[in-house]
Amino acid sequence: MLIIDCEKCIGCGVCEAECAFGAISVQDGCAVVDDNCTLCGSCVESCEVEALLIEEGAVQVQADINDWSGIWVFAESRHGKIAEVSYELLGVGRKLANQRGVQLSAVLLGSGVTESAPTLIAAGADKIYLGDDSTLGQYREDIYGNVLEFLIKKEKPEVILAGATAIGRSFIPMVANNLGAGLTADCTGLAIRAEDGMLLQTRPAFGGNIMATIECPHTRPQMATVRPKVMQPLMPDLERQGEVVSLSIPDRLLESQVKVLENVLEEHNQVNIQEIEVLVAGGRGVESEKGFKLVKELADELGGAVAASRAAVDSGWIPYAHQVGQTGKTVCPKLYIACGISGAIQHAVGMQSAETIVAINRDKNAPIFNIASCGIVGDLFEIMPLLTKKIRENKAL
Amino acid sequence: MNIIVCIKQVPDAKDVRLDPKTNTLAREGVESIMNPFDRHALEEGVRLKETHGGQVTALSMGPPQAESVLREAISCGADQGVLVSDRAFAGADTWATSYTLRKAIEASGEFDLILCGKQAIDGDTAQVGPGLAGQMKLPFVTCVQKIRNLDDGIIQVERMMDDGFDVLELPVPALLTVVKDINDPRVPSLKGKMKAKKATIKILSAADIGAEEQCIGLAGSPTRVVNVFTPAPRGDRKMFTGSLEEQVDQLVDQLRSYL
Ligand SMILES: Cc1cc2nc3c(=O)[nH]c(=O)nc-3n(C[C@H](O)[C@H](O)[C@H](O)COP(=O)(O)OP(=O)(O)OC[C@H]3O[C@@H](n4cnc5c(N)ncnc54)[C@H](O)[C@@H]3O)c2cc1C
Ligand SMILES: Nc1ncnc2c1ncn2[C@@H]1O[C@H](COP(=O)(O)O)[C@@H](O)[C@H]1O
Repeated sequence: MLIIDCEKCIGCGVCEAECAFGAISVQDGCAVVDDNCTLCGSCVESCEVEALLIEEGAVQVQADINDWSGIWVFAESRHGKIAEVSYELLGVGRKLANQRGVQLSAVLLGSGVTESAPTLIAAGADKIYLGDDSTLGQYREDIYGNVLEFLIKKEKPEVILAGATAIGRSFIPMVANNLGAGLTADCTGLAIRAEDGMLLQTRPAFGGNIMATIECPHTRPQMATVRPKVMQPLMPDLERQGEVVSLSIPDRLLESQVKVLENVLEEHNQVNIQEIEVLVAGGRGVESEKGFKLVKELADELGGAVAASRAAVDSGWIPYAHQVGQTGKTVCPKLYIACGISGAIQHAVGMQSAETIVAINRDKNAPIFNIASCGIVGDLFEIMPLLTKKIRENKAL
Repeated sequence: MNIIVCIKQVPDAKDVRLDPKTNTLAREGVESIMNPFDRHALEEGVRLKETHGGQVTALSMGPPQAESVLREAISCGADQGVLVSDRAFAGADTWATSYTLRKAIEASGEFDLILCGKQAIDGDTAQVGPGLAGQMKLPFVTCVQKIRNLDDGIIQVERMMDDGFDVLELPVPALLTVVKDINDPRVPSLKGKMKAKKATIKILSAADIGAEEQCIGLAGSPTRVVNVFTPAPRGDRKMFTGSLEEQVDQLVDQLRSYL
């Protein structure tokens, strides 16, 4: 419950402005909380006179909390290839493990994945739990979940990290749920609090408009999915030594209710815009499928890929896999060039954490300029070919 | 075919604007809407009902005002709406939400299929669907972009992946989460609107669903938000000057590190 102390409250309204849910209002000089309060705590933080307090009900603290030790990374592999995010997770996992003075382990599941184990050791792992079995060759939520849950219960790691990918975000929540463990989705920051070794997990909320730091005080393991392209992988060290533990997995864990009939790889999906450092995005202003050629040319020149607003996708100029925003993908490339995109909030939430945002738009009042690092007001059909040409010339120098 | 569609009421992101000066959220008159992904889940449920017969129940956990999204669901073809609402649910994270939805479903009778949106746009976690499936020990598939077939207790679906899609088969009862590609939701008919207006929404409290106190709301949530802050504002934006050509030159200069 959110408790408001009307003796202390000065009715300043700061908490009302801070509440993302519109759940607080000031009435007769004192803040009043509404039913849609989610107890997120942002008002408590904002109150300068400390008039707000969140009272916790009776919480159950897991009894064996101190028995859990070690940092784990779920090493995702699909069609025999380790996902890049796995190396990034090992990079951050290494730091966390060093700080905690514990081992860093990777869980590698799949068929024919044994030969990938050394690359995970080179990337920072001390130990690999290897489940190489033909049944695991096809990703299925239930069997991957069964195996990971089984292992976690047996080995009791304190932290488990997985990529915030289609795979990570589908079965990890089930595992967390079955363990009664806390899971923070889509983290962009991870740190260990020195005093008590707690994992502090930071993630964007409201599409990046606010950031929230989350912890799991009463339960273990502490689980998080982490956005691709946020953490830094280590330089591979081929000299690094590590242990490979081949798992003997009980048969019943490999019985799936889901049958895979087919994997369809799509050409336009071969580049995942979430993993690309430079994105050139086109919106309604690009006007046609042909217009997207200009976008593609600039992207190619910069070694990047093409993204789009929903308006462009809905017009059928480019497939949905390229859509950025609330109902598309969330991306955080180093460079995002938005061409003929107004910057509606539903689009902005998917890209505003890009390092550099460049806007090209003929309307100087377009909201995209509010979040852009730099921009040009003008006609994209003039600017883009010129820009592509000049970049080409510059590279030739 | 009895289908339960889980629907969340969320603040409309288009109203959630960032004040460019202070970089804080400006939220005057934030409206609440049906989570966009859930609209697609609902549409899919209604279409399945239209082909296979049965009932569609729209289920939501939320404050009393969430009743309006359930009425909206009825206007779009759901047969009934159930709202689980209790102050004790406040502060629920995805674990406590999954638990509460499971208890509500168990209290509401038989079903063949549970449909959820891929994610809710306020929290963006995409955890409640898989969590609920875990709670209920149901086979599940996330990010379904197409239901190809439903026959003889077997459902065939396409699951969107980062590199394409997989074609999968699973037995019902099952749980699916859907992406927006799956369909184009209909607009409510006049008849639907009339029906929605007259419908009684069933309201269930924590006691009604037999939820245990230590499993709901903040108490039942393994995660705690310990800090909320606005991200550091972007540095001042640079606008270039001069002729178009000069501006492009300045931009190329700016992009030098990417060449
Ligand atoms: C529930 C919901 C979810 C949504 N999800 C998403 C999402 O995931 N992603 C998304 O992108 N949108 C989403 N939207 C839509 C969003 O609100 C906007 O409608 C959309 O982003 C607009 O796309 P746009 O900027 O390309 O088009 P417009 O808003 O039409 O902007 C086009 C811009 O191009 C400029 N322009 C035109 N011609 C030229 C030219 N020749 N040279 C230079 N500039 C030019 C114009 O000045 C204008 O600013 C969602 C909406 C809703 C309601
Ligand atoms: N409070 C709720 N009531 C009903 N359904 C919900 C609720 N929260 C989440 N869901 C369902 O779970 C999906 C994923 O939500 P989330 O995990 O919050 O991103 C949503 O699209 C809904 O279908």
